[in-house]
Amino acid sequence: MAIEKILKDDASEEKGERARMASFVGAIAITDLVKTTLGPKGMDKILQSTGRGHEVTVTNDGATILKSLHIDNPAAKVLIDISKVQDDEVGDGTTSVVVLAGELLREAEKLVAAKIHPMTIISGYRMAAECARNALLQRVVDNKENAEKFKSDLMKIAMTTLSSKILSQDKEHFAQLAVDAVMRLKGSTNLEAIQIIKKPGGSLKDSFLDEGFILDKKIGLGQPKRIENAKILVANTAMDTDKVKIYGARVRVDSMSKVAEIEGAEKEKMREKVKKILGHGINCFVNRQLIYNFPEELFADAGILAIEHADFDGIERLALVTGGEIASTFDNPESVKLGHCKLIEEIMIGEDKLIHFSGVEMGQACTIVLRGASHHVLDEAERSLHDALCVLSQTVNDTRVLLGGGWPEMVMAKEVDELARKTPGKKSHAIEAFSRALVAIPTIIADNAGLDSADLVAKLRAEHHKEGCNAGIDVISGSVGDMAELGISEAFKVKQAVLLSATEAAEMILRVDEIITCAPRKREDRM
Amino acid sequence: MALAFDEYGRPFIILKEQEQKTRLSGLEAQKANISAGRAVSRILRTSLGPKGMDKMLQSPDGDVTITNDGATILEQMDVDNQIAKLMVELSRSQDYEIGDGTTGVVVMAGALLEQAERLLERGIHPIRIAEGYEMASRIAVEHLERIAQKFDFGPTNIEPLVQTCMTTLSSKIVNRCKRALAEISVKAVLSVADLERKDVNLDLIKVEGKVGGKLEDTELIYGITVDKDMSHPQMPKQIEDAKIAILTCPFEPPKPKTKHKVDIDTVEKFQTLRQQEQKYFDDMVQKCKDVGATLVICQWGFDDEANHLLMHQNLPAVRWVGGVELELIAIATGGRIVPRFQELTPEKLGRAGLVREKSFGTTKDKMLYIEHCANSRAVTIFIRGGNKMMIEETKRSIHDALCVARNLIRNNFIVYGGGAAEISCSIAVEAAADKYPGVEQYAIRAFADALDAVPVALAENSGLQPIETLSAVKSQQIKENNPHFGIDCNDVGTNDMCEQNVFETLIGKQQQILLATQVVKMILKIDDVISPSDY
Repeated sequence: MAIEKILKDDASEEKGERARMASFVGAIAITDLVKTTLGPKGMDKILQSTGRGHEVTVTNDGATILKSLHIDNPAAKVLIDISKVQDDEVGDGTTSVVVLAGELLREAEKLVAAKIHPMTIISGYRMAAECARNALLQRVVDNKENAEKFKSDLMKIAMTTLSSKILSQDKEHFAQLAVDAVMRLKGSTNLEAIQIIKKPGGSLKDSFLDEGFILDKKIGLGQPKRIENAKILVANTAMDTDKVKIYGARVRVDSMSKVAEIEGAEKEKMREKVKKILGHGINCFVNRQLIYNFPEELFADAGILAIEHADFDGIERLALVTGGEIASTFDNPESVKLGHCKLIEEIMIGEDKLIHFSGVEMGQACTIVLRGASHHVLDEAERSLHDALCVLSQTVNDTRVLLGGGWPEMVMAKEVDELARKTPGKKSHAIEAFSRALVAIPTIIADNAGLDSADLVAKLRAEHHKEGCNAGIDVISGSVGDMAELGISEAFKVKQAVLLSATEAAEMILRVDEIITCAPRKREDRM
Repeated sequence: MALAFDEYGRPFIILKEQEQKTRLSGLEAQKANISAGRAVSRILRTSLGPKGMDKMLQSPDGDVTITNDGATILEQMDVDNQIAKLMVELSRSQDYEIGDGTTGVVVMAGALLEQAERLLERGIHPIRIAEGYEMASRIAVEHLERIAQKFDFGPTNIEPLVQTCMTTLSSKIVNRCKRALAEISVKAVLSVADLERKDVNLDLIKVEGKVGGKLEDTELIYGITVDKDMSHPQMPKQIEDAKIAILTCPFEPPKPKTKHKVDIDTVEKFQTLRQQEQKYFDDMVQKCKDVGATLVICQWGFDDEANHLLMHQNLPAVRWVGGVELELIAIATGGRIVPRFQELTPEKLGRAGLVREKSFGTTKDKMLYIEHCANSRAVTIFIRGGNKMMIEETKRSIHDALCVARNLIRNNFIVYGGGAAEISCSIAVEAAADKYPGVEQYAIRAFADALDAVPVALAENSGLQPIETLSAVKSQQIKENNPHFGIDCNDVGTNDMCEQNVFETLIGKQQQILLATQVVKMILKIDDVISPSDY
């Protein structure tokens, strides 16, 4: 008798070997896709969206590439998810994490073919990951005490991160920008305080960090274009017609004259409100909501700069930099904290007028103005800078630093290899495989740079056999070089996250022996 | 075609044999049902035990779930067959009742069905099989009670509880840090448990997850976390010795429920209305301030003006807090949920030692921690992990562990895991079978064979020789008359589950046997399946 069908019509089920094969194939395909973007000589990808306008993105950022892919393979989805998490958590290493997980699975595939049970592989991988982490921990450098050195560490990390991106030409310039911006945050990881404004035109080199704050808004007509020693009131209040908020209220009148009266009262109310605001003794007023013509005129009359419709983030940031509070009621002028800044002026960047607040009290926030030839360049520059900023802000909290250029992978691989030799049983194969997967990363970096990877990695391995070696791949000169001298560094936190989440993901995919796909939900295409 | 004849001998059709309907009856129906049930249990079979594999499930919307939990697999499998749906129900009811052993119960039912099929082939009536199973299950359950051991633990000696939770967790992906998670689960359960009444309200344990970090960072918070931040960005991020006003009324002008209109026709009315409105806001904020609150937690939104007034009065506030969270906060801080500002009194405020905002990662994720509460009986388990699927799976695993700990507090009898209890029951049932006269004897023996299915599956999944291992363990149990021997899944070197510290709860095991028997009986009793074919 035929086996009863227990699943729904379109649902499918893959079992045992086939399931494992499906997930390996999916995961490895994803890895191969992003692998070419790894390293300083990695290539970019063009992504075309299926949405309206078929927008084009050119990027080198693993997370961005993977996020825009439409994937049907469940195992591939796991990899995309870890890449996303890596992006949210540390901001960089989004490609590395996928590549490492893919390589781990590629090695696992061979082991499974050699009849080693997935559970044995997993336990081997776990031991290896733990050992690799300890190896890294032993070699970290922590320059927390020495501010000068720490700053140079940050600089190096920023340059290493940026070197694989479009900004690599001006990496020093941008690294400086990023480090300066992050140092201003004073240990907070809230990157919201760093505003990035993109203005097409000029070249990437023209990008600059502004100590003050730039608001992408215009100054109202007939109002002063320049204010010195500004006292700023940051507000979130309705400056159109102030509605009566009591529910169910409405105006019902029986004659035209009444309408006029009420309109007058409304105007009076607004005038009063403006008067109250003026009572704070300010000369600049920034509101989150619209300012109608009437109050704007009143402000202009009083010689006050009024800026309307700043977005919410802008308001928060402005409050943060100027040290004021966001006000919504204006009855107690004496207790409202006003923001201060030395100078407000309208500046031009490219063709646009922007409002520039300089000499602000609290230096926590700052603005980076990016210039570049096209929107694509600017978008990619923003993403790269974002990566650098994320890594730096995380490094400020966890100051441990490692060398880069494939150095950490080689250090880990060496330790893991040693562990493999010591471990009895089938697990040692898995541990060995783990070290091979680690070595794959410098190999890919070298391959992407068009170098002879086999030769280089072998040299590197030999170098690492010596104690306390700092050798890594110097992609620029195409040889093995001293990473400490070349100033290539990476944050420990990023490497650790790459290692742990890649292992976790590989483990998860390895444990699967059955894939059940439900019938896709039918989209109703009715008119 | 089903025909009947009326008193005049004229035939009439009861059930029309149509193209659109498929119908199975008699032995054929039973066999079809049995094979469907077995197909489900075959899927779960490989997930059993510490070396069991996971399943990857893709939902209709393309979301991926990776899990080892029987109930979750079945729930998301999108099953179409009616009998298979019964098995899904079976797993779910084990989940509701016990929380753990959801895979085992399905494997057990599958084995019973398999044995029943053989008996059917030998011409034994399904009802007799069902009766035999019923008797056998009674014997097994009684035997379990005999071999169960009392487990002593107290608030200070949590080790036994931790060991049992570890058994549950060892089959999940989180087994890397099962010790830590088991401790967290046990501590969580103990802090909400009512040891006098032997009852645990698992609702008081909130399990929250956030991607990022590593599994080892998972922590137990003696308090509540809320995935919200302060309503105004400039409010203080940390409050010590907070007095919390828990409100379910918005900081907005009141909205009477009855339909009404306020007509404005004169300037005076317009102005009074406006003053009225301002007074509302002032009053609301002042009331909160007057009773001495230092933190306001509100279920609804705030008007901009009210928000600023709160900020102005130096009264931090949180808005849009969900109803369930609000209740938990109320329980934890010993406060009362206040539906109207007028009813706010100092006694109704909740108290917490520390309220702080914590941000994660590079995105603007913030969470509010309410800790050191007046009443520490509400706790939160905060899970971190590498990716979303990991977090979800950890949540499910923690849920299982929590349930196990709760079951132990309710009833502190345990049996030995690793298939030991099943083997012991199988021996007892086998021995008892001979005492029954009649056809049931065969069914009882079949039941004993079915009980062996769980240890066999465990051995298979661990890569051991299933039959050899099982017979070795069985003979050891009989020889030494010791029900502690089970399958050595982790290759530790001993079969004694007492030494390996592999325990399961008595009620969990009993429930498994009873539920599986019930469902199998139900399936056996069906002799006609009529289903309309697809239209």
